[in-house]
Amino acid sequence: MAQATVDTSAHVQAPATVPAEHQQHPIKLYLVVWGLLFVLSVCSYLVDYIGLQGYLRWSLIVIFMLLKAGLIVAVFMHMAWERLALIYAILLPPIAVLVFVALMAPEAHYTMLTRLEFFGAAPGN
Amino acid sequence: MAESVQTPVSQPHSQAHSGAYRQPGGMRGFVSDWASDQQAFKNVSWGKAMMWIFLLSDTFIFGCFLIAYMTARMSTTVPWPNPSEVFALTIAGHEIPLILIAIMTFVLITSSGTMAMAVNFGYRHERRKTALLMVLTAILGAAFVGMQAFEWTKLIHEGVRPWDNPWGAAQFGSSFFMITGFHGTHVTIGVIFLFIVARKVWRGDFDTGKRGFFTSRKGRYEVVEIMGLYWHFVDLVWVFIFAFFYLW
Repeated sequence: MAQATVDTSAHVQAPATVPAEHQQHPIKLYLVVWGLLFVLSVCSYLVDYIGLQGYLRWSLIVIFMLLKAGLIVAVFMHMAWERLALIYAILLPPIAVLVFVALMAPEAHYTMLTRLEFFGAAPGN
Repeated sequence: MAESVQTPVSQPHSQAHSGAYRQPGGMRGFVSDWASDQQAFKNVSWGKAMMWIFLLSDTFIFGCFLIAYMTARMSTTVPWPNPSEVFALTIAGHEIPLILIAIMTFVLITSSGTMAMAVNFGYRHERRKTALLMVLTAILGAAFVGMQAFEWTKLIHEGVRPWDNPWGAAQFGSSFFMITGFHGTHVTIGVIFLFIVARKVWRGDFDTGKRGFFTSRKGRYEVVEIMGLYWHFVDLVWVFIFAFFYLW
C-alpha cells in the first residue's frame, strides 16, 4: 500500500519537474535576441531602401535571413538547449528542400530557354 | 521495510531529474538516443516532439510554395514586377518603398518576443503575466493579419489578379496570393489558439490540473511552450517570405 502511493507520486512529479528545470532562462536573453532581430530586420530593409543590386544585394539578403532564422530557432524555440537527437531529426530533413531547389533551378532555366526558342524574346503574355 | 521500499522507488525519480545530464552528449548521445528502446527524444514530451514534427511538415509545404515561386520567376520571359515599387506606400507626400511590409515584419518579431517571455513566465507559474503576454501576442498577430488584409485590398484595387497584373509577369499575382494567403491563414489560426490557451492560463487551468474540454487531459504549462513553438514558426516563415518574395 505504502509502495503504491509513493510510486504514483514519483510518477506524477517526474514529468512536471523535468521540462521546468530545463527551459528556464533569464528574460534579458529574450530581450537581447528581440533587439538583434530588430537590428537585422532594419539591415535587410536598408538593403532595399538604399537600392543595392546584384550579388551584393542577394548575399546580404540571405545572410540577414539566415541570422534571423537561426536566432529564432536557437533561442526563441529553445533548439540550442535540445539534445542532438531532436536537433538532427528536425534540422536535417529540410536539406531535401535545398535538393529540390537545386533540381528546379535548371528546370526553370530550361523552360525559359524553350519559351524564348519557340515564342521569341517578347511573347504576348 | 521502509528502506527496501524507498530504494527502488527513488531510483526512477532521481533518474528523471538527472537523466538528462547522465546521458552521453554530442554524437555519442545522438546515436544512443536513436538506438535506444521506446523513446528517441529523451527529455522532450510527446506533445513537443509532435509539434516539432508538424512544423517540419509545414516547412516542406512552405518550401514547396517558395520553390514554385522561384520556378515561375526564373522561367518567365516577361519582367517580374518590382516588389519595392509594388508595395510602396505614399505617406505625407513621400513614396516609401516596402514600408508596410517593414512594419508588418517588426510587428511579427515583437509578437515573437512577447510569446517567448510568456513561455518563460509560464514556467515560473506567474499565470497573470503569462496570459497578458499571450493576449498581447495575439493582438499583435491580429494587427499583422489586418495589415495583410489592407495590402490585399490595395493590390486588388490596383488590378492584381492571380492570372494578371498591370506591371509584368502574370505569375506574380498567383505567387503572391498563394504564399501570403497561406501564411496569413497560419497567423489567423495562431491568434485563435493563443486566445484559447491564454484563457486557460488566466483561469489557472494548468495550476489546478483542470481537464481540457476536447482531449480531457490535464494541461501543463508546457502547453504554452508548444503554442509558442507554433507561433515562432509563423514568424520564421515570414523571415523567408520577406527575404525571397519582397526583397529579392
